[in-house]
Order: sequence, then C-alpha cells, then structure tokens
Amino acid sequence: MPADGGIGAATARREDVRFLTGVGNYTDDINLRGQAYVHFLRSDVAHGTLNSVDTSAADGMPGVLRIFTGADFAEVGGLPCGWQVTDRHGEVMQEPAHPVLAQGKVRHVGDPIAAIVAETREQARDAAEAIEVDIDDLPAVIDMKAALEDGAPKVHDDLTSNLCYDWGFVEENKGAVDEAFANAAHVTTLELVNQRLVANPMEPRVAVGDYNRGTDDSTLYTTSQNPHVIRLLMGAFVLGIPEHKLRVVAPDVGGGFGSKIFHYAEEAFCTFAAKALNRPVKWTSSRSEAFMTDAHGRDHVTKIELALDADNNFTALRTDTHANMGAYLSTFAPSVPTWLHGTLMAGNYKTPLIYVNVKAVFTNTVPVDAYRGAGRPEATFQLERVIDKAARELGVDPIALRRQNFVTEFPYATPVAVEYDTGDYVATMDKLEEIADLSGFDARLAESQAKGKLRGLGINCYIEACGIAPSNLVGQLGARAGLYESATVRVNATGGITVMTGSHSHGQGHETAFPQVVADMIGIDASMIEIEHGDTANTPMGMGTYGSRSLAVGGSAMVRATEKIINKAKKIAAHLMEAADADIELKDGQFSVAGTDKSVAWGDVTLAAYVPHNYPLEEIEPGLEETAFYDPANFTYPAGAYACEVEVDPDTGKVTIERFSAADDFGNIVNPMIVDGQVHGGIGQGIGQALLESCVYDESGQLLSGSYMDYAMPRADDVPFYVVDHSCQTPCTHNPLGVKGCGEAGAIGSPPAVVNAVVDALQRAGHGVTHIDMPLSPSRVWQAMQG
Amino acid sequence: MYAFDIERPTRLADAVKLLSDSVESQPLGGGQTLIPTLKQRLAMPDRLVSLGAIDEIKGICTGDDGALCIGGTTTHADVAAGAGAYPALAGLAGNIGDPAVRNRGTIGGSLANNDPSACYPAGVLGSGATVVTNTREIAADDFFDGLFATVLEEGEIITEVKFPVPEKAAYMKFEQPASRFALVGVFVAKYGDGVRVAVTGASEEGVFRWSEAEAALSADFSAGAIDGLSVSGDGMISDLHGSGDYRAHLVGVMTKRAVAAA
Repeated sequence: MPADGGIGAATARREDVRFLTGVGNYTDDINLRGQAYVHFLRSDVAHGTLNSVDTSAADGMPGVLRIFTGADFAEVGGLPCGWQVTDRHGEVMQEPAHPVLAQGKVRHVGDPIAAIVAETREQARDAAEAIEVDIDDLPAVIDMKAALEDGAPKVHDDLTSNLCYDWGFVEENKGAVDEAFANAAHVTTLELVNQRLVANPMEPRVAVGDYNRGTDDSTLYTTSQNPHVIRLLMGAFVLGIPEHKLRVVAPDVGGGFGSKIFHYAEEAFCTFAAKALNRPVKWTSSRSEAFMTDAHGRDHVTKIELALDADNNFTALRTDTHANMGAYLSTFAPSVPTWLHGTLMAGNYKTPLIYVNVKAVFTNTVPVDAYRGAGRPEATFQLERVIDKAARELGVDPIALRRQNFVTEFPYATPVAVEYDTGDYVATMDKLEEIADLSGFDARLAESQAKGKLRGLGINCYIEACGIAPSNLVGQLGARAGLYESATVRVNATGGITVMTGSHSHGQGHETAFPQVVADMIGIDASMIEIEHGDTANTPMGMGTYGSRSLAVGGSAMVRATEKIINKAKKIAAHLMEAADADIELKDGQFSVAGTDKSVAWGDVTLAAYVPHNYPLEEIEPGLEETAFYDPANFTYPAGAYACEVEVDPDTGKVTIERFSAADDFGNIVNPMIVDGQVHGGIGQGIGQALLESCVYDESGQLLSGSYMDYAMPRADDVPFYVVDHSCQTPCTHNPLGVKGCGEAGAIGSPPAVVNAVVDALQRAGHGVTHIDMPLSPSRVWQAMQG
Repeated sequence: MYAFDIERPTRLADAVKLLSDSVESQPLGGGQTLIPTLKQRLAMPDRLVSLGAIDEIKGICTGDDGALCIGGTTTHADVAAGAGAYPALAGLAGNIGDPAVRNRGTIGGSLANNDPSACYPAGVLGSGATVVTNTREIAADDFFDGLFATVLEEGEIITEVKFPVPEKAAYMKFEQPASRFALVGVFVAKYGDGVRVAVTGASEEGVFRWSEAEAALSADFSAGAIDGLSVSGDGMISDLHGSGDYRAHLVGVMTKRAVAAA
C-alpha cells in the first residue's frame, strides 16, 4: 500500500483543510466584475389566479436594472422533468408545464412571480415592495387524498385531475398477491405517514449567471451536485444554449442531500438575465427562501399489509401509497416513489409475492423530490415497521422473525424486478447482536426503570440499491438520462496525476478517497494525485453525485481509465527496457521486466511519454491521458442491521436515544473513516426524521414550519455516540472495486429502528400503542401514552 | 433590512435623549430578536440606539438589601458566570439559546421584548424582582402585560433588575424541539414569606404565576405538594409542538421538578 494511504487506509480528508479553515470556494464566494443581484418576488398565497403584475412603480427605482415577469419567459422553455413514469394502465404520467416565472397562476407559497435585477440586493428588495400583484385567491389543495376527490380544485387546469400517475408494480402479480392474502394465516396491517422533510444543507442555494458578449458564451456558477446534468437540462430544454456555448461550474458545495440534484428556476433565470442585461447576475437564497423553494423530501402516506403463513413465513406484501409531488414535477420526482421505492419493497426478505400501488398527487405545496435515500427510506420504514408489528401480534421475537425470512442465497431475483448480487444478512444481524450488546439489554432496562424511565429496543434491517443502472434499463423505466459516469486520468510529465471526474463532491470526501484508489493501482503516493470535479469546462460529461453512486460508478470509471493508463505506460516501459509488453510488471510505482532485475520508475515512464525522445512513436501516441465511461451492469445492494435503544420520559414523552448500533455491509471499503462519517451523518438525519423534523402546511397552504424556530433540525446533543461496524463485507460482483454505496444507508436504516424502539418501550410499560407517526416529538409520544 | 442610522451613546442620559427626540428610534440591546426582525424587513426604524456601550447599566452587584442587581445590558453569559449568589438565576441564564445568543443577548432586552416563551420573564416574576428603568422602579407583578408587551413607555430604558435572593429556587425548562425556547418553563423560588411559581412558554397571556401551586408549596415545599393540582389547558398555547393540554400537563411536571431541584 502507498505510504500515505491506498485502498483501505483511514486517510484524513484532505479537503477538510480548506473547509475547516475558511478557504473553501463556494458559489457565494464568487463575485464577478459588474455583477448585479436578483431578488425574486414570490407568491405568498398557495393557489391563485395571477391577473396582473404591475411593475411601473418599481421600474424606475434606484438601482433597478430590469424587472422580469412571466411574460418575459413566455417564449422560453419550462423546467423539464427527467423521468417519465408509465402508469398501471399503460398511460404516461400527467406532466404539467413548469415556467421559470409564474404564468397565469401561482401554485405554491414561494412560486416566483417577478425577478428584480438591481445594482444591490437591498435595492432589488425595495423595488419588489413597489410591485403591484393582482391575484385572485383560489382554494388550495394540500391533503393528497382530498386532492384526488371529485371536484377538488385543480393545481393545473390543463390536466384532467391532480393525479400524476397511478402506478402498479408488478401489475401482473396483483391477482396472485390478492390470492395469497386471501389464503394467509395471518395478516398485519399498518397505516403510516412518512412525513415531508426539508433537506436543509448548510449552504443555501446560490446561482451566478455570466455572459460573454464577445464570444457568446454563457456560464452558470451554481450549487449543484451534478453540473453536467444542469448544463444539459437548462441548455437543451430551457434556454436553448448548446453545450459548447454553456459552461456550468459547481465549485465547493456545502451539502446537498439530494436537494441540489435538481434544475431550479433561479439557475435558468440568472443565466438568461446575464445575457439579457449583459451583466453577471447573482442570486443567493436566504434560509427562508430555501424552506419554500428547495425541493422537499419524502411525504408519503401508506397502507402496508403483510401476509404470513402458519409458520410465520412471509407469503405476500401489498402496499398502497399516496406520494406528494407538490405543485410541479421536480427533475426526478416521478422516479422516487416508483423505481426507487417499489423495487426495494422486498427488503432483506424472500417474500415471494409483492404488489405496490403508488398514486402520485399534485398539491399546492413545494415540489417534492429525492432526499437522502429517496424512496428507499420510505420502503424500508414501512416494511420494517410492519414486520415489527407482525412480530408483536404473533408474539414472536422480531429478530427471529426477520432471520426466518431472510434471503440467504445469492444472486437473488426479487419479485420486484431487481436482482441482489451479493449479501449476507445473517452475518450483519449476528454482528449487530454482538456490537449492540443485546444480551445486556435487560440489565440496561432495569437501570432505566430504576430512574423512572421507560426503555425500549428497536431492531431493523435495510437493503438499498445504489448506483442506479444500467442506462439501457433505466431508459426502459422512464429515465430521460443515462446513468454512467466518466473519468479522465491525466498523468503529468513528472508523474503527478490529475483525475477529472464527473462525480461531484459536496461533503463525501472524493478528493481523499478517489486518489487512494489510483495510488493503490499504480503504487505511488496518494499525494501525487489530485481530483478535479464540478466544472463542465474541464471534466468529461458526467452524471454527478446522488444515490450513493460515486465510488461504485464514478470510481469504476476512474479504475477503467487508470487501467488504460497502466497498459499504455507498460508499453512505454517495455520500450525503455527493450522488453516485450507482456513481460512488464508494475509494483510500488516501479515497472520491471519479469524474471530480470531491470526496472524503470513511474516517473521515468511518464517523462518519456511527454519528452518522447526515446519513444515508439510509430506504435503509440505520446502523452499519457485516458478517459473512460463506465455504465454499471446492475445496482449495488448494501445492506445491514441496526439497533436503537431509547429511554422515554413517562412524564413528558421525551425520547432520548441511549444507544445506536449499525452493522453495515458496504462490500469493499476504500476509506473506513469516511465510511464511518457517512454512516454517522446518515443516522443523524434519520434520527432527525424519526424524532424531530417535520415540514407542515396549514389547510390554506401556508408553511407553518418555515424556519428553524419551528423546523427542528437534529443537534449534536440529540444523537448518541454511534457504534458503527462495517466488517461484514460481501463485495459487489459487478464493479471492479467490489464496492457498494454508503452515503444513504444511515438515513435509510435508522428511522424504523428508532420508532420500533419507542413502540417497544411503550408496550413494555403496558401501553397499547402499536404505532406513532414521525416525528416522535414529546407531545406525540405523551399523547400516545394517554391512550 | 431597510436602511437605518445607528448611535452608540456611552452615557445613559444621551441614550434617553436620543430616544426622545424627533427621529423615530428604537433601542437596541443584544439584538437577538430585533436584528432578525430587521433582516426580515418586519420593522423599519429610522435609527437604532445601541445601549451596549453604556457601562453604567452593565454588570452585576449586590445591593444594600442583599438583592442581586443586574444591569440592563448585562449579557446572559455574564449573568451565567457572575450571578453565583443566585444559582437558579445563573442556571437560567446559562441555558438560554446557545453560546452566540448568550454572548449577545441581554437581560434588559429579553424583558422588554417579553417573548411568551423566553426564560427571563419566569425568573423575574418568580423572584418578585424589581425592574428599574431610567424613570422608575416597577415590580415584576406589574411589569409584564401580555404577549410581547410590558408597561414600559416609549423610550424607557431598563437600567437594572433587582432580584431578592431566595432560600431555595430552581428553573426547569422543557424545550421546544426546534427553537429550544421554553415549551414550558417553570421558575420556583422559596422566600421567607412564601413561595413564588412563575410559568413561561405555556399561556397565551404570557408569563404568569400559578397561585394554587404557590399556596400549596408555601405550606409544604415538596414535590408531593403539587399532587392533585393542575392548570387548565384552556388559554394555553397550542401549536405544532404541543397542544394546550400538553402544555398544561407540563406545567405540573416542570413545577414538581423545579421544587425537587431547588
């Protein structure tokens, strides 16, 4: 292994030096000469007819450069949706227009009505207050089931209803599933809500549009997880700018959690306005704006039923879910409750028959799209909650019931269209029982009781699908994008390497982990390798970072490109040593001729590539730079088992997490410290969902939880010290590194563990509580205890 | 925020004069409420008069009568560190907000704002403290006047708060999960002439004294003395974080815990 860390080394994150010492370069740090500022005037009503926008009093105010309204975008494309779902009747989903600025109607609080560009932010805000907006309020639809009733107000007048699609999966299995339920020895039913969340990355969104009149080039600096995707969507579908005239840069990005995947109106606006005004135009979201414009997450209402035979084997699973799309279709919204959710309903279990029905619904709320886990937390939560409920109803141990139904043979084709390549769910459960010290629970229970506290233990398993692929399959499922990744490995003359990856790092530590892989392959120090990402001008077309795909897909592309580099370098080395290509070996950065003591160093070969005086020019080109695109054969399937122990204060209902243990199987591990951090962060967000976070609208569509005064984010003292183990490793069989994904696991696996634990605590104390909807706030838990 | 002028007088008299002249002015304490309000353009004063540079109304001392006297612009952090003579009050101050809030926010600012979920109103009312201004002394029982309202006149500045030090006292706060303001906070103080119980966070009328509990605890200062007593959920705040009935329940729980901790 390289001295400063190859594959498997817990190398400290090199990017933290700049992040933690204040020398990062975030989008809001970018200020261009002549830059103007935009302020968006946003709807303060959830639903209304937009009669007129009178800017006459504002147009001449100090500093105002121009005020744009929906009319300015009448000839401009709307924001596109990147996934088209086909419903259970073979019809494509209803897909409404999504204008950059509202046209004719406003559809949620925060919908942009006008954009004021001025010399300063405050001048733009001043002018916004002078704009006269005439809106006739319309009744808002907020509740999904009410939105589907006959006569409900329509969010989009040109659609037939508020139903986006009615998806059945697998539709052909429906009859068999129903029959299995009719023949079941036991059926457990659970109705639950997977509540709406706000992603809340530390850095709010920012966009800076720039235009060069001399070259007719446009540039957008933006807080994005996938700049190439934004370039394609915005260039091709909104503004009509070809890729070679449009550069998108996503510099340091302070967290995304999914919310920065999507193409947003503000990005298109700043790019458009920069050209219209021939000046850079900047927008920086306030936190208040983030609450009402960043795509929200989750928001499913589900009924799940589990059928078991007389021996407690799972025989069938049936779910009925309403999924909130919000007022418009965000970029990948339709895929989340369908292909990222239905395909995971088998979980870790060999349930032979599964039917999932999802109705996606438009409401007068902020659009909902992928948020850390995206569909998989929703699947895991309902499945692991219903299994826990079944165990209680049947009076069997919840761990034993799970073990009995585990998938144990791989590859395993689920009844929901995916094939798990590897896994060992028995091993992760065994490991969990060990690290969580389950045998010591009774003693800890007695300690809690002695303090007057209730104590409960919650267990759950999870499986997730990371690195969604391959492109030809997802295309059949409705994706309007490919899901490969790219890498260019540029070896410099003196041996240092720059890797340009289409994966984007916004907290994941790519700049540390990716060099560890290349260093390991060549046998040089990781410090000789630098990662570049986030700029479409210098990185090959990439699909970006989400769905825990970076190492499995982007890392694999980098491996393929590095393999090409090594092959070519061996040819050069063979020439230098006057040996046959096939006899060249590379070890510890030295090329040697097998069976001889002849060798040349890595740096000798790279120098020869760029100073090709003694070089086989007739056989190979000079230089040492290779690009690879990698399109995976399958998803990867990380899995694990989690345990949570809680104390509940019987007087107040307050839940305290006392212990949290996670046994994950991520396949091979490149940097175990980064993996720990990813799991810690994921569990923190899962605990946030389980206990604290909730995005709430009132009946009129006003956002009640529109700031941190009412939206409870997890703080350090809300979470325990985690026990995290990833020693169970079944390597992925189809990518070159044998890696899976770890970014979302914690957020997927932790909410059901917490809720199972609280229900356990209450039941041990004699309360007949079978379920509490998240967040399990003190008042909700107390209310549940009141019966 | 809208544009405004700012003055930083160093003498109380200058601040009073600035606040009484013709320019529409607003006093600025630690700014922990006012600055966010300005940033959201929910207020547009022409001028802020910062009280932070007036040394004569800052700091902690002991009065001739033994009362703990805290200057109006003393920060929560300074009270937490310097009010050792009154540990329950120091504890209250040390658990307001977070370190940034405690290093900026002031006792006078908090009291003048009278947020219904703030901690200090419970400490002041529960201690029967006296609020001293540039013009008068106001008993705590007379000072608070409903949500975000006090009897302070325009331009009147809190210069000092005088706390009689009790035999025993404690403050118990049950935090609202998001803001960590008090969902319910109860301050209990036992004096030679009786017990005072002040409740913040719960009532739609702002901080209030729970007289039944005071009577019971004056007779028997034990948590058990509260058994059987309850406040009604009517008139209690009901919101995302808890119903009126839940808050009413917590009043009893937090009172008992405060008595036990005193």
